[in-house]
Amino acid sequence: MAVAQAKLDAAVARLAGLDLPQGGWSGGARADAVARLQAMGLPAKRDEYWRYTDPTTLTAATPVAAAPFDASDEAQLFDAIDRVRLVFVDGVFDPAQSDDPVAAGVELLSQAADIHWAQGLYGTLEARGQNPVARPLAALNTAAATEGVLIRVTGQVAKPIHLVYLQESDTSDAILHHCVKLEEGAELTLLESGPGAARFNQVLEVEVADGARFHHIRIQGRDHDRRLATHIFARLGAESLFKSFTLTANGVMTRNEAVLELTGDDAMAHIAGAALGNGDYHHDDTVFITHAAERCESRQVFKNVLRNGAVGVFQGKILVKPGAQKTDGYQISQCLLLDEAAQFLAKPELEIYADDVKCSHGSTSGAIDDTALYYLRSRGVPLRQAQSLLVLAFLAEAIDEIEDEGIAGEIRLRLEAWLSRQDG
Amino acid sequence: MLEIKNLHVKLEEDDKVILKGVDLTVEAGKVHAIMGPNGSGKSTLSYVLSGRDGYEVTDGSATLDGVELLEMEPEERAAAGLFLAFQYPVEIPGVGNMTFLRTAVNAQRKARGEAELSAGDFLKIVREKAKALKIDAEMMKRPVNVGFSGGEKKRNEILQMAMLEPKMCILDETDSGLDVDAMKLVADGVNALRSEGRAFLVITHYQRLLDHIKPDVVHIMADGRIIKTGGPELALEVENNGYANLLAEVQ
Ligand SMILES: Nc1ncnc2c1ncn2[C@@H]1O[C@H](COP(=O)(O)OP(=O)(O)OP(=O)(O)O)[C@@H](O)[C@H]1O
Ligand SMILES: [Mg+2]
Repeated sequence: MAVAQAKLDAAVARLAGLDLPQGGWSGGARADAVARLQAMGLPAKRDEYWRYTDPTTLTAATPVAAAPFDASDEAQLFDAIDRVRLVFVDGVFDPAQSDDPVAAGVELLSQAADIHWAQGLYGTLEARGQNPVARPLAALNTAAATEGVLIRVTGQVAKPIHLVYLQESDTSDAILHHCVKLEEGAELTLLESGPGAARFNQVLEVEVADGARFHHIRIQGRDHDRRLATHIFARLGAESLFKSFTLTANGVMTRNEAVLELTGDDAMAHIAGAALGNGDYHHDDTVFITHAAERCESRQVFKNVLRNGAVGVFQGKILVKPGAQKTDGYQISQCLLLDEAAQFLAKPELEIYADDVKCSHGSTSGAIDDTALYYLRSRGVPLRQAQSLLVLAFLAEAIDEIEDEGIAGEIRLRLEAWLSRQDG
Repeated sequence: MLEIKNLHVKLEEDDKVILKGVDLTVEAGKVHAIMGPNGSGKSTLSYVLSGRDGYEVTDGSATLDGVELLEMEPEERAAAGLFLAFQYPVEIPGVGNMTFLRTAVNAQRKARGEAELSAGDFLKIVREKAKALKIDAEMMKRPVNVGFSGGEKKRNEILQMAMLEPKMCILDETDSGLDVDAMKLVADGVNALRSEGRAFLVITHYQRLLDHIKPDVVHIMADGRIIKTGGPELALEVENNGYANLLAEVQ
């Protein structure tokens, strides 16, 4: 299918407006990304996977201004955890507020060295993830990112690494690209909280070698005006584990894409999200999981709680390649509509080319169960608290994907706080 | 304690009238039973008293210790001391039974201006009461009523009642679905709560439960009204002869 000329022109124009880094160890990958983007064009409303989400504000030359959000009424997340904090302000690393990255075995994305381990990773998984569905914002990111972290893990990392995103400027336009490489048997927990810019484009590439384990928890919120496009590209080796959970509360525009590829036998990939939106809020989870090996398990658990005109989108696909026998794929997307003005659009897809597989998917949207609400109230639980209990119950399956009980508890408190702030 | 006067109730959605002038007074310390044919309005009466949506009170009143119930939110009625053991207890996936109970107990204490129970005290009390009703720890961990058998659900209702210590307890067919031993457990649970300051309104179809929980007064409800009130012998008469004679009397 020919790509519309307007999309191609838009890509060229967008690239022309950026100061693209050249040369160095990532120069080749960046040049390839530029070429990819020029061939696929920028996303447009007509594209199959942009039908429910308008990409205009994500692709425009300049971001829509967004006031930084003061979240000081709540404790910093993950404060109870002994962790390495790396702070990015408006998408730029801030050493003054951060722990020492070098001591933690973390490098910052730079062009400096000519030979670098990340050479085989930077832009590589992103490029693999462009087929069969184009992800132009990710190619743009690979071409243009100057900030990010490069983490290579060979053993078990004792402390989680926490990437903290703060916003100071109304017009910040952040592009971050992180690469994580877990060598055989290694283990890492990556925490993120933010988003921390008026517009934020992020790519996270994760290579999980045989027997390695990657845990990822991120919080996107409570900033209301920001716009956000993220991509996770992960490739999983044999008997490896990938677990990712995202909480999104507020945000006028969020598009979270995840492209996970199970390439080694007996690997396990779980991706979950809980999204809460009120009013002018658009949230989109777009997931593509490829089973290319035997006996792998994947789970997609996405829950939205929406009110007052908020819109939720879920586009989730499980692709089971020929030979990927004994695949166990599960996908659920559910929305709790707190009033009649909210809207949830779901597009679940299964594509299976192996005969001995177990795949299930389901999608529902509905209101709070009135009978359950009455039952709770008849026991003396006030309306607000009863609603909050039922919303948390609705989200439980997603939160259960967080292995660390302490973090899960913090997330629950966040959710309760969000619910108690909503009026009406 | 509970005083219902000339209560008329119709469905909110259509014009169907269900309660057509119910008059009923339950004094403190007493056990009253209501019997009556299917569809006569017994459950509706209990729902209206506890504040369920979907019903419209067109006339009459219901007061608890002189305070009008019908104006209150369901949680306010509960805090005022009203409790309904449901004919069909509700399943709540995702909410743990223990969490549910603790939330309810503490919400009521808070509404009454009392201090919340500490986690330790709560656990101690709940364990003891659950044990008496043969509700095991595993059931307490499960989501509220999810996957419970019919009898387990009913025992769970009585556990809630025992924890909340309401002053006006309405039991809607708590005996249905219970085996003989469970009925005994439930009756013991109810009898243990009987006191000067507490009253019971027991809705049932069978004399069996009333053998264990001895009523002071028995009412017969038919077609949205109390058509006859008497002593325990009235329940025996229903057991032996059904409702035909009683219905004929009022014709
Ligand atoms: N929400 C409703 N919608 C339609 N009809 C209703 C509703 N609630 C009650 N009714 C009707 O009102 C009548 C009384 O019902 P109710 O459940 O109060 O009877 P009951 O005396 O408790 O009967 P049972 O002994 O079978 O439990 C029935 O005819 C029932 O169908
Ligand atoms: Mg009934």
